[in-house]
Amino acid sequence: MSLADSVLNGDRLALARVLTQIENDTPDGRAALDLLFPRTGKAHLIGVTGAPGTGKSSLVNRLALHFRTQNKRVAIVAVDPSSPFTGGAVLGDRVRMKDLSGDNGVFIRSMASRGSLGGLAQATAGMVQVFDAAGYDVIMIETVGAGQSEVDIARLAHTTLVVEAPGLGDDIQAIKAGILEIADILVVNKADRPGVENTEKALKSMLELAHPTQRVYSHHGKYMSVALPIEANTDMWIPPIVKTIATEGNGIPELAEQISKHAEHLRISGDWAARERARLESEMETALQEKLMSQFRERVPQVRYDEIMRQVFERNLSPGEAVKLLTNGRTK
Amino acid sequence: MSDKKIRVLVAKPGLDGHDRGAKVVARALRDAGMEVIYTGLRQTPEMIAEAALQEDVDVVGLSILSGAHMALAPRIMELLKANGQTHVKVFIGGIVPDEDIPRLMEMGISGVYGPGASTEDIVKDIREAIK
Ligand code: B12
Ligand SMILES: Nc1nc2c(ncn2[C@@H]2O[C@H](COP(=O)(O)OP(=O)(O)OP(=O)(O)O)[C@@H](O)[C@H]2O)c(=O)[nH]1
Ligand SMILES: [Mg+2]
Repeated sequence: MSLADSVLNGDRLALARVLTQIENDTPDGRAALDLLFPRTGKAHLIGVTGAPGTGKSSLVNRLALHFRTQNKRVAIVAVDPSSPFTGGAVLGDRVRMKDLSGDNGVFIRSMASRGSLGGLAQATAGMVQVFDAAGYDVIMIETVGAGQSEVDIARLAHTTLVVEAPGLGDDIQAIKAGILEIADILVVNKADRPGVENTEKALKSMLELAHPTQRVYSHHGKYMSVALPIEANTDMWIPPIVKTIATEGNGIPELAEQISKHAEHLRISGDWAARERARLESEMETALQEKLMSQFRERVPQVRYDEIMRQVFERNLSPGEAVKLLTNGRTK
Repeated sequence: MSDKKIRVLVAKPGLDGHDRGAKVVARALRDAGMEVIYTGLRQTPEMIAEAALQEDVDVVGLSILSGAHMALAPRIMELLKANGQTHVKVFIGGIVPDEDIPRLMEMGISGVYGPGASTEDIVKDIREAIK
């Protein structure tokens, strides 16, 4: 039996192994993904992002408990940064997810960002597909809110929660620009702390300033947009603000309610399908680029490549001419 | 992306709250380029085995300063085996009397470290064990 078949049969060790293969981008991992792909497309992918320490893991823990009461199977991918110096990492999100232990309907996987921009997104997308195929109904992806990875995760997820907490600097400038482009739901966690009102107020005025526009993502330098549903202007999703105390469980039913409302909105508006299409298109593009690149490398000897590169260094050829020369033998 | 990282679960089974050693070791392993999943205090053997499985780790590191190692270690070994993770190497650190060490090694524990153990030795031994 192949590893992929074992995953479909509910073998948790096989699932864990496939995840490793995908994270390491091995041929076995790729083969498993090919086999599992037809079974994907059912899960609700929820991204959870926000500054360090805002309470993302604690929220994921509570949300998972909530989804379990609805008998949904829950997978969690928790991403923490790798050290840029040693490549190692301490992945500590599980510390806040102890309540989920001993429940076979939950599977938690920690992941180091491994410092590569596109790579993280690719590996995460692959892991999510495996969980999806394995029959997990809800997949939560926790990531530290830091630039590109945040945008990548928002692209991957159907519903993105941006978590804020009081005390991080409560004025409008402190809340990161661009947040509204990725947030489907704004969570003000640590509502037991002083300053919640300020954080909430700042978010509210940001929301009021923002006018609904088409979603445009910058992805690896390319701009991609997700088409607006036809009746978009009359039925635009305005990110709600939900206050929570993750350590106590306050506000969790309300948050879960907003999450399911958002899913419903995506389905009704057609945005769900549009997001899926945009995601698969970009996945296809990446795969195509990789394939063409490796075909090119096989066809063009390294010495020839180096020789042409030398001419570029000497300013005899422009990079554009060099590429033409390498691909069709002419500079025009 | 394609290099295989060493993945280590560092856990504190039992009820004692001495977590300095576990944190020191977790950081040392990170600085040696390993990916360390830190689970925190008060883990039952069942929780540790479950995390080891989900995370598909190569190594489980247990930090035990409570004196309960002779009860905890065999149970964890048993659970890892039951889950099919016989390839996982298990290391123990903390307060372990010398006379217990041979019995732990017989159970299949790969190494035991006490107060003052050098983290360089720990890193070296882990690398050696999973070769
Ligand atoms: C600091 C300390 C505390 C601090 C802990 C702070 C904290 N958050 O960690 C405080 C004051 C809270 C504390 C409390 C208690 N302590 Co105390 N404590 C110590 C002390 C002095 C040092 C421990 C320490 O942090 N060392 C520094 C770290 C870096 O060293 P380490 O943990 O040994 O780790 C090294 C190695 O063991 C190994 N290692 C450790 N973990 C791992 C994991 C892996 C995977 C690997 C490979 C290696 C490894 O590598 C590390 C690096 O060298 C020890 C005595 C001693 N000399 O060890 C007593 C000691 C551990 N405590 C002891 C006791 C009894 C207690 C109390 C029960 C006292 C009481 N009656 O209230 C309470 C229990 C509290 C609780 N909730 O559990 C006893 C334990 C006796 C036993 N097991 O038989 C000791 C041994 C003191 C003694 N001689 O009696 N303690
Ligand atoms: N007072 C209070 N503390 C909270 C709340 N939610 C989380 N915390 C605490 O905040 C700290 C960080 O919580 P985590 O859930 O680990 O936060 P995180 O965003 O996942 O952190 P990173 O993954 O490190 O970025 C922990 O000490 C939590 O106990 C809350 O609602 N109120
Ligand atoms: Mg976290």
